[in-house]
Amino acid sequence: MDLFGIPAPLLFGQVLLGLINGAFYALLSLGLAVIFGMLNVINFTHGAQFMMGAFVAWMLLEWLGIGYWGALLLAPLIVGATGIIMERLMIARLYKLDHLYGLLLTFGLGLIIEGLFRNEFGSSGLPYRIPVELQGAWDLDFMFMPVYRGWVVLVAFVMCLATWLVIEKTKIGSYLRAATENPALVQAFGINVPRMMTLTYGAGVALAAFAGVLAAPIYSVNPQMGSNLIIIVFAVVVIGGMGSILGSVLTGFGLGIIEGLTKVFYPEASSTVIFVVMALVLLARPAALLGRS
Amino acid sequence: MAAPAAAGAFEGIDAEREVFWGFTRPQLLAFGLMLVFIAVAPFFLYPVFLMKVLCFALFACAFNLLIGYVGLLSFGHAAYFGMGGYLAGHSAKVWGFTPEVSIIIGGLAGMLLGWLIGMLAIRRQGIYFAMITLAMAQMVYFFCVQAPFTNGEDGIQAIPRGAFLGSVSMARDFNLYWLVAGIFVISFLFIHRVIHSPFGQVMKAIRENEPRAISLGYRVDDYKLIAFVISAGLSGVAGGTKSIVFGIATLTDVFWTMSGEVVLMSLVGGLGTLFGPVAGAAIIITMQNYLAEFGAWVTVIQGVIFVLCVLAFRRGVVGEIGRLLKVRL
Repeated sequence: MDLFGIPAPLLFGQVLLGLINGAFYALLSLGLAVIFGMLNVINFTHGAQFMMGAFVAWMLLEWLGIGYWGALLLAPLIVGATGIIMERLMIARLYKLDHLYGLLLTFGLGLIIEGLFRNEFGSSGLPYRIPVELQGAWDLDFMFMPVYRGWVVLVAFVMCLATWLVIEKTKIGSYLRAATENPALVQAFGINVPRMMTLTYGAGVALAAFAGVLAAPIYSVNPQMGSNLIIIVFAVVVIGGMGSILGSVLTGFGLGIIEGLTKVFYPEASSTVIFVVMALVLLARPAALLGRS
Repeated sequence: MAAPAAAGAFEGIDAEREVFWGFTRPQLLAFGLMLVFIAVAPFFLYPVFLMKVLCFALFACAFNLLIGYVGLLSFGHAAYFGMGGYLAGHSAKVWGFTPEVSIIIGGLAGMLLGWLIGMLAIRRQGIYFAMITLAMAQMVYFFCVQAPFTNGEDGIQAIPRGAFLGSVSMARDFNLYWLVAGIFVISFLFIHRVIHSPFGQVMKAIRENEPRAISLGYRVDDYKLIAFVISAGLSGVAGGTKSIVFGIATLTDVFWTMSGEVVLMSLVGGLGTLFGPVAGAAIIITMQNYLAEFGAWVTVIQGVIFVLCVLAFRRGVVGEIGRLLKVRL
């Protein structure tokens, strides 16, 4: 079976890979958007925290014998806790200054974390095995679908949906949205806004770490895995804007698929296509595609 | 951004009179000291090390022109630095141009790339500007990985130093040093002149209050773009000079870590100060030189310096000295 002169298994295979990359773009840009909305800080450490999630999963398995399912719960909590400490000790001191200082601080923190992990584990990468329950592949007639990959796309999608529901439909989400609009007023109503900011940062970081655990069996666990990804995620964020949760999720998955298709039709451009899309969007629509800029 | 904070440091200090060519008296003194150091240093210190410092000092000054005087944080200056290096290297090695022509070609490459990327980046402000420049620089990096003339992972190696104007051989470090020093001093004075021109006044007005500059009838985007192109062009000159000095142009110079390094140099020295980037470049390059044997720890230490500077030391070395002496440097 051929589609557009391309064998269907190849085409669908790349679309699936694109969906997986898109899942990570969506999860990471979602975390960035949540943090930016509340703290007005672009979290440059996000990539390093994604990497920490993968490494914590590896450490839990190798050192404590806690497997994938435990790591999926524990790693985000652990990395999220480090995020809370960072926010309290450092990031919180910068809220009154220009936003760009937050960017510079988190960039520095990212360098520290990445450097420390490279010293400890080298840069070659460590293997992390797919859990037994998710090994194997389904035969879908037109292609083979590895179970784990389907799982990643599904879980990422559910996680994005859950985050959206929490923010849009729950009471705590309404506090969050209100504090994003007008922190002083919300604080005047007796809600502890600084603590909300801390917890929001922790939650955003935990989301990055969760993505890291998901990524551990697919990509090799190495200290650079986050920094290369985060720059692409920045482009995704520029395209989609950080004002809307749904916007970041949709652009994340959409750009992943575009990247996958580019690998089929014009592989030379696959590493740059997202940046090209960003340039085109900036030319056509100076304001963000979705939401406010 | 940083600029208002930095400018705030000088509140209460009388606006000092500019005594000569836009320099205040303390600035003139500092400039004189810098010239003396540049003239004397090669007799005591290793010229190649000094040339590296001068290349990065120029790079940091070019970067600082944007952040310090227009208030735009570019996180992608490695693109212009690295592309300038590649083009200068290619000109000298493949096309056989003399070093000064090659370096000019490197600068033109930086300007062209800066014009293309600048046009996109100035469409958004603040944090988005930083992210766009970073993303576009990463695209340039991927382009350099694939493009045939850069030789991918190997880079352009064995770039000949050639002869200045085709007659004075640059093979000796000592000869090349004076060319590099000349490029640096001329570029430094050029940046100083830009800042103190009517154009520079408008730049600072945009930094302080963009809507007001627009309401006064200035075409803010044009000013930003021109400043961006100047900054990118000088970064290209710096990168080109570096590749002539070391005879090599590689992917390291286009990678995002290089963009981070130039931010760090300017931050350590003092954003929005005239001499800050020079001091910052000297400090960071010296540090890298001594810490080279510690490998990945250099990244960690640079990260720590970043964090310390942002949390406790936002004026930078030169900014702090200026505050202590109550002068603008």
